[in-house]
Amino acid sequence: MSRAAFRAWVIPLALLAAVLLVSLVVGRYPVGPGDVLRIIAAKLGGEAADVPETAATVVWQVRLPRVAAGLLVGAALAGSGAVFQGLFRNPLVSPDILGVSAGASVGAVTGIFLSLPVVAIQGLAFAGGLGAVAIVAAVGTAARGRDPVLVLVLAGVAIGALLGACVSLVKVLADPYDQLPAITFWLLGSLASTTRGDVLSIVPAIVLGLVPMVLLRWRMNLLTLDDEEARALGVETTRLRLVLIAAATLLTAAAVSISGIVGWIGLLVPHVARSLAGPDFARLLPVALMLGGGYLVAVDTLARCLAATEVPLGILTAAIGAPFFLWLLIAARQAWR
Amino acid sequence: MLRRTFLTAIALALALGPASFAQTRTVVDSTGRSVEVPDAPQRVLAAGPPASVLLYALAPDKMIGWAREPTPAQKPFLAAPYRDLPTTGRLTGKGNTANIEMVLALKPDLILDVGSVDATYASLADRVQEQTGIPYVLVDGSFGRTPTTLREVGALLGVPETAEKQAVYAETAMSRLETRIAAIPESDRPRVYYGRGPDGLETGLAGSINMEVLDAVGATNVADAAGPGSLANVSVEQVLAWNPDIIIAADPAFRTAVARDPVWADVAAVREGRVYLAPDLPFGWFDTPPGINRVIGVDWLTSILYPGAAPVDLAASMRDFYRLFYHIELTDEQVATLLEGATAEP
Repeated sequence: MSRAAFRAWVIPLALLAAVLLVSLVVGRYPVGPGDVLRIIAAKLGGEAADVPETAATVVWQVRLPRVAAGLLVGAALAGSGAVFQGLFRNPLVSPDILGVSAGASVGAVTGIFLSLPVVAIQGLAFAGGLGAVAIVAAVGTAARGRDPVLVLVLAGVAIGALLGACVSLVKVLADPYDQLPAITFWLLGSLASTTRGDVLSIVPAIVLGLVPMVLLRWRMNLLTLDDEEARALGVETTRLRLVLIAAATLLTAAAVSISGIVGWIGLLVPHVARSLAGPDFARLLPVALMLGGGYLVAVDTLARCLAATEVPLGILTAAIGAPFFLWLLIAARQAWR
Repeated sequence: MLRRTFLTAIALALALGPASFAQTRTVVDSTGRSVEVPDAPQRVLAAGPPASVLLYALAPDKMIGWAREPTPAQKPFLAAPYRDLPTTGRLTGKGNTANIEMVLALKPDLILDVGSVDATYASLADRVQEQTGIPYVLVDGSFGRTPTTLREVGALLGVPETAEKQAVYAETAMSRLETRIAAIPESDRPRVYYGRGPDGLETGLAGSINMEVLDAVGATNVADAAGPGSLANVSVEQVLAWNPDIIIAADPAFRTAVARDPVWADVAAVREGRVYLAPDLPFGWFDTPPGINRVIGVDWLTSILYPGAAPVDLAASMRDFYRLFYHIELTDEQVATLLEGATAEP
C-alpha cells in the first residue's frame, strides 16, 4: 500500500473505530464494556441478552442512536464543508456560508416558540435550512453577468443576516422563563435527546445528498479551476455548481435539524482531511466524512460524560476545534489548499 | 395649638422638599435601596412577569399593564377588565423590551419589580429610576419568603387586608405540608425529576430558582447530584441513571412522549405511572414565571408527592387560590382542565 493511501484510509479508519468503541462503552449510566458488546451482539442476533433490562435500553435505545447520530451529523457537516470549500475555492468557507444554519435556526426557534412537538421542530428546521439556500440560489441565478461565486456568497451573507434578525425577534417575543432557555440550548447544539427515529429520519436526506457528491467527485476538482478554464474543458459549471450546492445543503440541513447548530466541524475537518489526503476531492471526501463523524462522536462523548449535565456541543466543538485549528495553521503550512 | 400644627406642617414640607406635596414616604426595598414612594400609589407598573402576577393578585385596580400580553389560553383564568390591559413590556434585567417613552406616557407613580436582588438588578433599578424619575422598588421574590413579600408589597400598595388574606393562605398551605411530611424521614421522600422543554431534557439544578417549590415541599431533586446551577440540559442516559420516583413535565408533549417511548419505560416513575404535568394557567404552578403563582404548587405537590391517609382537597384549595389571588370563580370545567394529567388518575 502506498504511503498516500495509508494516510488517506488507514489513519482515519483506525481513529474512527477507536472513537466508536470508546464512545459506546462509556456513559453516565454504568454498563460494563463486556455487557455493552453482549447487548449489541444479542440485539443484532435478535435475541435477549442476559443483562438487566435497563442496561439494554441504555445501550440499544439511548447510546447507540446517539453515537449513530454523531457519526451521521459529523460526517454530513464535514462532507458538505469539503464541498463548499472546493466550490468557493476558499478555505475559510463553512457549510453555513449560504445561510443553511440560519434558515434552520429560524425554523427551529419558530417551532419552539409555537410550542410544537419535537418532530415538527425538526421538520421546520430542515425546511428552513433548505428554504434559505433556495432563496440564495435563486438570487444567484437572477444576478447574471457577475462573478457567480461572489454573488452567491454575498447573497448568503445578506440572507443570513436577515434570518439572524428573525431569530433575534423570536427570542425577544418568546417566554423568557420557558421558551427562551429551550431556544438557547437549541442554538448551541446537542444530541442529548436523539432517538432511533431521529437517526432514521435523516438517513434518506443524507444518502440523497451523498450520491451526487460521490458521482461527481472527479468533476468537483474542475470547479476549483477558474470558470473559464473549466468551461474550456467542457464542464457546465453553473449547473454542476447548483447540483453540488443542493447536495451539500441537503446534508447540512438534515444534520442540523436533529443536532441544532454545531459549528466548526464543517470548517475545521476538511482542512485536517486535506492535510491527510491531499486536495483531490475523490480522496478528500471519504477522509472528511470519516474524520467528521469521528470528531463529532468524540466531542459528543465528552459532552455527555464530562458532567451530570450536558455540555452544549457548540461550545465544545469550538473550544477544542479553534486551538487545534490554530496549531494546524502554524505547524502544517505545507499541506495548505 | 392650631398655629403650631400649621408651622410644623410647613417645616415638614420644607424638610422633605417639593415632592412631599404629593404625599410621599421613604421605604427601604429588599436590596437596601431607599426609595421615596407615594403614600398611596394609584398607577403601578410591573417591571417583569413575576411582578405582574404579584401586582394583579394584590391590587389589580392599580395595574396599568402586563409585562407580557396574556395569551388567549390565559385570559379565561384572569378577571375582566384587567386581562385586557395593555402590554407594557419588561423593564427589568438585561432583556429589556419596554419602551421607556411609552412607559412615561402611561404616567405610573411607582415601578414594582420582584425577583433576584443581587447587585446587577439593584443597579438596573437605580438606572431606570434615575432615567424616568419614577420610584422603582425591587422586592426579593424568593419562594420561601412569599408571605413576607405579600405583606410588604401589600403595605406598599396600600392594600394590607388583601395581602394578609393571601399571606395566610400561603402559610396555611405550608403548614399543612409540614404536618404531612414531619413524619416522613428525608431518606423516604420521593426523588423527583423535573423535565422542561419539548424533549423534557432541560432541568433545574441544585439551588435553581426553577426548583424553589420542590425544595420548599421537602422533596429531593435528582439533578441536585449535578451540583448547583440554573437550567441545564441532561442526557436521557443520565435521567435513567438517576431513576427518579416521580417525573414532573412542564410540556404536555414531553408527558405524552414519556408514557409511550420505550426508552423511558424502565424509569421507576413511568413504571408506577407517576408522571405529572405541571399546570400552567394562567401562570405556572411550578416555576414559570418565578412568582407567587407558585403558591398553589404547594398543595398540588403535597397531593402528588405525599398521597397519604387524608388527601388534600385540591379542588377546594384551587378554588380558594384562584378566588383570592386571581379574582375569578373557577368552574368545574376549568378545574378539570387544570388538573388534566396533573394528578393521579382517579
